[in-house]
Amino acid sequence: MMGRSRLAAWLTLAASLTLAAAVHAATAAGAAEDAASVAGAADKAPIPPVAPPGTPALLPLTVDGDEIRAPLGGLAGNAQRGREVFMSRDANCSLCHRLPGGDPRLMGNVGPPLAGVAARLSPAQLRLRIVDFSRIDPRTVMPSYYRVAGLTRVAARYAGRPVLSAGEIEDVIAFLSTLR
Amino acid sequence: MTAEACAAARIQARRTPWRRAVPAALLLALSLQVAVSPAQERRIAPAQVKSGITFSAPGVQSLQADDFANPGMLWVERGAALWREPAGAAAVSCAQCHPQPERSMKGVATHYPRFDPASGGLIDLAGQINACRTARQRAEPLARESETLLALTTFVAEQSRGLPVHVSIDGPARAHFDAGRALYERRMGQMNLACTNCHEQNWGRQLLAETISQGYGNAYPIYRLDWQTVGSLQRRFRSCLFGVRAELWPYGAPEYLDLELYLAWRAEGLPVETPGVRK
Repeated sequence: MMGRSRLAAWLTLAASLTLAAAVHAATAAGAAEDAASVAGAADKAPIPPVAPPGTPALLPLTVDGDEIRAPLGGLAGNAQRGREVFMSRDANCSLCHRLPGGDPRLMGNVGPPLAGVAARLSPAQLRLRIVDFSRIDPRTVMPSYYRVAGLTRVAARYAGRPVLSAGEIEDVIAFLSTLR
Repeated sequence: MTAEACAAARIQARRTPWRRAVPAALLLALSLQVAVSPAQERRIAPAQVKSGITFSAPGVQSLQADDFANPGMLWVERGAALWREPAGAAAVSCAQCHPQPERSMKGVATHYPRFDPASGGLIDLAGQINACRTARQRAEPLARESETLLALTTFVAEQSRGLPVHVSIDGPARAHFDAGRALYERRMGQMNLACTNCHEQNWGRQLLAETISQGYGNAYPIYRLDWQTVGSLQRRFRSCLFGVRAELWPYGAPEYLDLELYLAWRAEGLPVETPGVRK
């Protein structure tokens, strides 16, 4: 079907592409237009643990204006853990948001950059923006990280669970609060 | 009033200017509506429409542009060989009905998906190949996303390379177009995102290191470096659905066909680039 030299050229190319793909896979967090398209990702993805039956999906919370004043579940966030959650595949914050000091070519810019975000927004304001930004702007592209109602065609493995737990959200708030 | 008087009154009424003007104005309004509405419905102005390849890195662009480096050309070659191979109980090849595919298949892919009266629904290029297979060759249909179907589809689409995408959304296709648009703009999954949120409202921006494209199908089937193989537009849809954590439809589902039609209409005028290459 093809000449030997062409086959050789193709094999060389394939090797370099494999490397490129591996580097890409290692750096990309996932839901990016391309990053989400890893072959067979639907089959390979780890299935998150399912909460025991009867566990309430969400803890109660109160929205005041553009704030949620009380920490979710009364939990205290940890900034170091929050940074890990921020970069994790579950949260995927860096898909859209740039952190200070990062390489702009490798960080998303769909959402606003987060340098100095703690000077612009209080923890209570950050909390509502992470929990459910659509309450502030229904047209937002920011996902709601602590919401289970009013969603369509949620994949079975995620149905009835928020993107992040209450503790993870408090951790992210603690991390963002260090970005002054 | 006598019958004559009634007739005279009707004639007089017909002559009354407003009685003529109202239907005429309605007709004019209707024809204007039909004439301008698809253009008005475009979310990205025609002058701004850019093929996905323009958002790719230069290395990927040159891979696609060079037939000797483009990995998708291997599928084109395989498809060319399959085209000449007799198949099915009828033991006929595609080439027996469609000789000289570089001429007989030229431009065909630009019009897919299209409404198929035989099945009463939309049919895409892969579906058309399978329809031919079962009806003419009397062979089993090829599985969606199988290497053989991808090779044949890539081969046929490649015969239209450089020709502008142009699909019909008139007549019975219109309902599918409307359904495709509705799907495109419907938020889905745990991430609660619609296609339009990224590919119309944020194209050109970055998700991590990737630039968001406008989301067209004019280069499909494509070779993706991530996939390490050629894949269909339906596979790409599934990747996006997976990314927003939505329930996937099975391959060949009518929802994907509706979306394919809507994407093709959005891509009006863009050249077919099959086999495309993407990261």
